[in-house]
Amino acid sequence: MDSLFAHPLFMPLVLTAIIILLFPLVAGYIVLVERKVLADMQVRLGPMRVGPYGLLQPIADALKLLIKEDIIPTNSDKVIFWGAPVLSCFCAFSGFTVIPFNSWIHIADVNVGLLVISATSAVGILGIILGGWASNSHYSLLGALRSAAQLVSYEVALSLSLVCGVMAAGTLQMPLIVKAQEQQHIWFAFENYGLMWIAFMIYLIAATAEINRTPFDLPEAESELVAGFHTEYSGFRWALYMLAEYGNIFVVASVGVVLFWGGWLRPFPNVSWLELPMNYGVPIALFGGSAWGSIRLVARLKDRIQQIVLMAVIAGMAFVALLFAWPAFNHASVSVFWFLFKVSMWVYLMVWFRGTFPRFRYDQLMNVGWKVLIPGGMLCVLANAIVGMARQ
Amino acid sequence: MSGDTFFFYAFSALALLGGLGTVLLRNAVHCALALMTSLLGVAGLYLLQGAEFLFAVQIVLYIGGIMVLFLFVIMLVNLDQASKLQQFGRQTPIALVVALAAVAAIFSMLSKSAVLLPASVSLTPLTGGNTETVANVLFTDYLLPFELVSILLLVAVVGSVMMAGKRTE
Repeated sequence: MDSLFAHPLFMPLVLTAIIILLFPLVAGYIVLVERKVLADMQVRLGPMRVGPYGLLQPIADALKLLIKEDIIPTNSDKVIFWGAPVLSCFCAFSGFTVIPFNSWIHIADVNVGLLVISATSAVGILGIILGGWASNSHYSLLGALRSAAQLVSYEVALSLSLVCGVMAAGTLQMPLIVKAQEQQHIWFAFENYGLMWIAFMIYLIAATAEINRTPFDLPEAESELVAGFHTEYSGFRWALYMLAEYGNIFVVASVGVVLFWGGWLRPFPNVSWLELPMNYGVPIALFGGSAWGSIRLVARLKDRIQQIVLMAVIAGMAFVALLFAWPAFNHASVSVFWFLFKVSMWVYLMVWFRGTFPRFRYDQLMNVGWKVLIPGGMLCVLANAIVGMARQ
Repeated sequence: MSGDTFFFYAFSALALLGGLGTVLLRNAVHCALALMTSLLGVAGLYLLQGAEFLFAVQIVLYIGGIMVLFLFVIMLVNLDQASKLQQFGRQTPIALVVALAAVAAIFSMLSKSAVLLPASVSLTPLTGGNTETVANVLFTDYLLPFELVSILLLVAVVGSVMMAGKRTE
């Protein structure tokens, strides 16, 4: 038995299984958060029917998508139509392989980790392009063409901002990038007298464009192209595209967190007196506060079963808060908590973007990409290189 | 058969079959996909040689960048008409002779390889990362060729902008 645990493939395989099994659920709940936050911004309630305050909506949605009729258009290119969402999903999940959840939880520690993620995200776009083309519909084809043009324009700016981060870290290996921030006592977003902040902003914009999120969601602009590249997709194949989209959001957010927000490190990792409030205070306040705040919601529910479900959720959150108060558990898992907390912040930011910014017009998209982000990215690399060299 | 040998043959098969598909398939998008498969096979071979940096760059640039542009152009072409056109010109006999000559040359080289190549090469493990080694070599030993290639690329970029700019006036 010991030899099984010691096998070099044991950890990666277990982690892979956990991610593959768990992420569809996580993606479903990201969708729920997105719908709820958007609803709140638009003074609506959002999903309210399934479960208490719509808490079980993702499960209902997933079941619905699984049992929907599977439609393949007669004149489509069937093999490519079948394979395109699979390719998208495969690439989105491949990105997870090099994400460091803390200093030792990762599937693979590759010395070109950052490049592997750019590679998977670039190839993932092929799923969108091929799916749009194979559908044999004008709307889908237009969506695919836009996606290709957008990828080519924003990939350059994205790489330039990554180069800035890599210059500060001196390595492409994801865990070592975080360790470099630990040694230099600073998150790279604030490195080089704030010059890295520009690189961070470029990454934020270009990454949002790369994964086709609002305000850059022209490939699926619903007001112009019905649903863009996935117009002809329904049921489970469509669900695969959505899963890939939320997988990409998670990967892009993780790269941003690792490169600019200090990965699994807590804020101010070198200030020792902050350890108690940060490592114990924040998780306990977060989970315990959520549980405490939800108690008054129970009384407002009419249905007995819904009350029980909400009470179970509250008990779960309180239990997690208690776990974080237990030093042994806290010590082992607080770094993963910080990593996932930062990633969630990033995902939340993207939901905000969707709620606040109107969609770009196509020429505006190209102008921002080629005339602002790429020259800006080049200047940023130059400035960071000079300042970084001067500081050494 | 060890794992490395198996993967070598698998990636080689991928590269060769992809190449065949690129030439033989009728639909241009399928050809582009076959070319991608071929490039992926080559990327896998790089990985087997321990060149992780080349592997990642091959995928980012060729499959993620250049092939996306290929597909972009292909999608603008009327494929129904294009696939009915004659796929090969009248150069088949000449091409056959050239290809056979090339195969003969390669086989004659391979038959002498026992003399030309050492039986086994012992790889010296790199000190430091793969990327750092590539960068060091590029910016010290091969600085001049590297800068020349950069200028060549710059000329190509300026040239393409000039060509695109003239038409709009």
